[in-house]
Amino acid sequence: MDGTLMPQADIAPLVEIEDLTVRFTSREATVSAVNGVSFSVKPGEVLCILGESGSGKSVTLRAMMRLLPEKRTTITGRITIAGQDVLGLNARDLRALRGGLVSMIFQEPMTALDPVYTVGEQIIETLRKHRNMSREGARARALDLFELVKIPSPERRLDSYPHELSGGLRQRAMIAMALSCGPRLLLADEPTTALDATVQIQVLILLRRLQRELGMGTIFVTHDLGVASEIADRIAVMYAGRIVEEGPVADILANPRHPYTQGLMASTVHGQHRDADIQAIPGSPPDLRRMPAGCSFGPRCPTSQPRCREAFPPISHPSADRMVRCFREGEEAKASF
Amino acid sequence: MRLARYLGYRLLLAVPVILGIIVLNFFLIHAAPGDAASVLAGESGAATPEYMALLRHKFGLDQPLSTQFAVYLLNMAHLDLGYSFRNDSPVLELILDRLGPTLLLMLTAFVVAVLLGSLLGVLAASGRNGWRDNLISLASLVAYATPGFWLGLMMIVVFAINLAWLPTSGLDTVGADNEGWDEVIDIARHLVMPATALSLFYLALYARVMRASMLEQTGMDYVTTARAKGQTERRIIFGHVLRNALLTVVTMAGVQAGNLIGGSIVVETVFGWPGIGTLAFNALQSRDLNLLLGIFFVSACLVVVVNLIVDLVYVTLDPRIEI
Ligand SMILES: Nc1ncnc2c1ncn2[C@@H]1O[C@H](COP(=O)(O)OP(=O)(O)OP(=O)(O)O)[C@@H](O)[C@H]1O
Ligand SMILES: [Mg+2]
Repeated sequence: MDGTLMPQADIAPLVEIEDLTVRFTSREATVSAVNGVSFSVKPGEVLCILGESGSGKSVTLRAMMRLLPEKRTTITGRITIAGQDVLGLNARDLRALRGGLVSMIFQEPMTALDPVYTVGEQIIETLRKHRNMSREGARARALDLFELVKIPSPERRLDSYPHELSGGLRQRAMIAMALSCGPRLLLADEPTTALDATVQIQVLILLRRLQRELGMGTIFVTHDLGVASEIADRIAVMYAGRIVEEGPVADILANPRHPYTQGLMASTVHGQHRDADIQAIPGSPPDLRRMPAGCSFGPRCPTSQPRCREAFPPISHPSADRMVRCFREGEEAKASF
Repeated sequence: MRLARYLGYRLLLAVPVILGIIVLNFFLIHAAPGDAASVLAGESGAATPEYMALLRHKFGLDQPLSTQFAVYLLNMAHLDLGYSFRNDSPVLELILDRLGPTLLLMLTAFVVAVLLGSLLGVLAASGRNGWRDNLISLASLVAYATPGFWLGLMMIVVFAINLAWLPTSGLDTVGADNEGWDEVIDIARHLVMPATALSLFYLALYARVMRASMLEQTGMDYVTTARAKGQTERRIIFGHVLRNALLTVVTMAGVQAGNLIGGSIVVETVFGWPGIGTLAFNALQSRDLNLLLGIFFVSACLVVVVNLIVDLVYVTLDPRIEI
């Protein structure tokens, strides 16, 4: 987005995450999916979390609404949304937060909607839950929402079942449902990945417009640097459950500091198509069941040094609002992609 | 509207099925050794060739097969299922007399199996791996492996003879001229054991299927969505998961509705239930071919109707079915 819309620096953050870790335990192994993630989002700001498959993007989002299976998951750290300590909420307050203060859009709109109810019924269900509305009132509001997300012949579509809608319309219905109770924070987990290229762009444009109009803080997960540059105010690059670089979108695109971000951009810019994303970086991400001691990107890094194997690099700030975790930060040499 | 069109379509589909059964019936009669005349004559003991010929002529058995087939079709079209010489009564009348009790038994067993089975499945799934789940799983395994007739006999020994809580057999108390609610209660008491014996196997089966189906649905994305909307766990389970999980059980119940008819023959015989099952058993023992084929025809129609009803239920439950 353009700089004039950037929120002021002194506004209290909407989201603050400090040192978040998420571990899944099963009989066979413990998976460290998120390993000390910290970031914050201001009201009305869009943060894109970028990273390849398995880097812990979805797990981070789900942890923010405590949607991970409770028995097998250990979450530590702090998650604060609009002043509420999410990890400390009781069941009742948590339900009020879910869908009320915070809502989520998922990647696969086909499976994310219940197949045996009409999309209208599913929106009405949410409205009645949080807003205590009458059936008629909720339906009228659902109709408004369908108009807001530009679903053609909304009256008829309200009574459609998910399988009767195209992928794009389903995702619009999903967005309408997410927006129904006026959330202050929107979590979007690759909302356009499952859609056709042209529909993808339409849904993206819609999301950006709605986000601006409604002034929601948004966390947008994606594989795609192109998508991120379209919609983000800030970008956080995630690798093996950690954020390795973070900063304003223009700065990061113009001057990536972390070798992983550099590789990511090189593969997107010079690659044949956008979906090929990070395959251009040789090697594969570490096994999350046995994390290496040092920098987790070390084994794939073209400029790796002996110290990279000893400890994870500390946080450094190349400028006031940027963060990078690499030993080489501040040194002259640049990765040669 | 949608349903009405579907119903018409399905009724149309049923026509060739019923016709097929009629044709099969006709050829079964003629494949059996001897014919009605020889059976009758054999029973009367004195079978002179003249008498046999007379009989054959009387029943049209001396006509060519094609003529006999045409006559048979015409009779079936008038719902004339033939005559049972054994019982000295038209077959249709005999069957209609027995249809009520059989339908009562089957429907009770079916409804109990589906409702109670689903309920137990839900209970087991919601207390997964706890004592409740283990108990239900063990009980359903035992019930699943128990033959219906054995269970029936054991129940008679325990509940009717030893404890004398329930009547041993029949549809109602003979000679007691109950009326109104008294009669309903009397029949219900007679119904308990046969319905239990008939439904237990299916009840156990549906409990297991429902449990598996519930657990499968719990992992679906739409459940996460419902949770992300702030729904209570209770509403998620009963409003979303259950509704989807039920589809599997209904499909299965539909397929097996026909088996209930077979099962009821055994159970009716054990409990002396005056239904089509005992009628079939008697017809089999006395080689009453006409009656047997009539029963075959009527039960086949019954299966067609039951399947139709189940499909209609399924279509209303699952909007994805293209009709
Ligand atoms: N419920 C779970 N139980 C066990 N492991 C899990 C669970 N959910 C995720 N994981 C593991 O956590 C890691 C991170 O998964 P996550 O879904 O966050 O990746 P992602 O960055 O969203 O990837 P993608 O781009 O493919 O969606 C993966 O290795 C995954 O296997
Ligand atoms: Mg993901």
